[in-house]
Amino acid sequence: MGMTLTEKIMASHSGESQVSPGEIINMKLDIVMANELSAVLTFDILENWGVDRIFDPEKVCLIPDHFTPNKDIRSAAISKTVREFAHRHKIKHYYEQGRAGIEHAVIAEKGLVFPGETMIGGDSHTCTSGALGAFATGVGSTDIAAALLTGDVWMRVPPTIKLEYNGKPKDYVHGKDLIIYTLSQLGTSFATYKAIEYTGNSFRYFSIADRLTMSNMSIEGGGKNGIFAVDDITVDFLKRTERYKNAPEDIVMIKPDDDAVYEKHLVFDISDLEPQVAFPYSPDNGHPVSDAENIQIDQVVIGTCTNGWYEDMKLAASVLKGRKIHPNVRAIVIPGSVAVQQRCIREGLAEIFIDAGCVFSTSTCGPCIGGHMGVLGPEEVCVSTTNRNFVGRMGAKTSKSYLANPAIAAASAVAGRIAHPYEL
Amino acid sequence: MDIRGKVFKYGDEVNTDVILPGRWCHLYKPEDLKLHCMEDLDSHFAESVKDGDIIVGGNNFGCGSSREVAPLAIKSCGVSAIIAKSFARIFYRNCINIGLPIFESPEAVDGISNGDEVSIDMAKGEITNNSTGGIFKFVPFPEFMRDILSRGGIRDYVLDKLKETSA
Ligand code: SF4
Repeated sequence: MGMTLTEKIMASHSGESQVSPGEIINMKLDIVMANELSAVLTFDILENWGVDRIFDPEKVCLIPDHFTPNKDIRSAAISKTVREFAHRHKIKHYYEQGRAGIEHAVIAEKGLVFPGETMIGGDSHTCTSGALGAFATGVGSTDIAAALLTGDVWMRVPPTIKLEYNGKPKDYVHGKDLIIYTLSQLGTSFATYKAIEYTGNSFRYFSIADRLTMSNMSIEGGGKNGIFAVDDITVDFLKRTERYKNAPEDIVMIKPDDDAVYEKHLVFDISDLEPQVAFPYSPDNGHPVSDAENIQIDQVVIGTCTNGWYEDMKLAASVLKGRKIHPNVRAIVIPGSVAVQQRCIREGLAEIFIDAGCVFSTSTCGPCIGGHMGVLGPEEVCVSTTNRNFVGRMGAKTSKSYLANPAIAAASAVAGRIAHPYEL
Repeated sequence: MDIRGKVFKYGDEVNTDVILPGRWCHLYKPEDLKLHCMEDLDSHFAESVKDGDIIVGGNNFGCGSSREVAPLAIKSCGVSAIIAKSFARIFYRNCINIGLPIFESPEAVDGISNGDEVSIDMAKGEITNNSTGGIFKFVPFPEFMRDILSRGGIRDYVLDKLKETSA
């Protein structure tokens, strides 16, 4: 029987020639990742269990990114614990602030997970790496503790839902719009306990960034993962990673079998789709941007792990070039990684952002999790390219966030209300 | 193991951001977590919850962030179980891993109101609403997870596995 992408990877990592939905397997891991917040709890658990060893220091990645540069003394203490653990265990992929960025961007950019490989991360958006043809899923700190010891994880093989997108997108329509639209149609739990496989001819018109955004937000539909088959666009991205230079043969052109069995196959024609905005307080509360009339805003956040890729920065800059941020608005631009930040500087995007009146920040989760670098005050309204707009997510309980793509966010920053670039 | 307690009932899509807001995600000790549990959903929860109480929720309970401090905060408050129509995947795993009993039963959720007194018989697979007399079935766990839960979490499973591989 044919297998879906997810089934193929699960089979190859559990020593089976075939796996089927519902089976519980022990899956070998190519990378185990944690950020400082999930890691510190993991260490606490390991200490409780009375074990202090790591299955393979080369296959562990620790990145302090949520509250770093440390927002307060408690955060500093946490980062310190993570740093000391990394040094003591000689963790190969430990990245300090200023030398890497947000975990999901760093993992992809450095090529720490390649097509056909597996990773778990102590962060729900670990599913981002599905865009590169890997099986990647988020777990909690106890699962990370177990995986650090054993190098594997128990998984129930999920049924796969195939989502197919066809047609040429209109200008200013991107991966973010496709995923918000999909969530608005299917809800926040359509893929709970399930794998999502994305496909369709629309992806020929998009960059790898659009795929990364969609894989990233697969968890917003409850998905265990959200994966793409490998094609030329994936390979172009992978060729820029450090890993490719040493091991080009690591790129596997993984595809699902022709006779793979899907639980569901849904097809979307996106040729008429407008840019989408997810209204508070859920990413599935999507509306065409034209529905967002006269919504005054206080802040805009562009970037982070959802939309902090170079292509996203370029898109935002194309809207902001020669324009000024509205006097009532603060705009904060946060590249997903230091490499993206450097490229923004090299190619003049940083100057466009700063000339327009934006804060151009180092790479950090910051305001996305209501941590620092732009926390929202009571009743404040924000347009954000991040992935969640739950109550209190980005600050005060009474604040509100609208999720959108970088072009809409940039246009809104200029207009002082939610706007399409055409309205400027 | 039998469970009995007073119910705190909430709606659909109770996400981990409202269970334990991001601003408190640098806490991880039970005594700190319990002070902020459910802060953005029900600001009175932390002060009124008692040992043994039960949380009841609707669909997709625990969706959003993978933060294990969310179920840990609930456990730290002394909550003995969560009953929901359905659970988000990572939250479900986290609860099994830390040994916090969770039960899927849409019928029970519809048949329980805030403040009711409920008991759960694990062996019989039954939830009883002592305030109304209603009895409901819950979806049994797969054997693998029952095993983990009966050992109070995943610790022993992992340590046994380690012994096997190093033997
Ligand atoms: S940027 Fe936001 S969604 Fe991404 S890892 Fe950080 S906190 Fe999570």
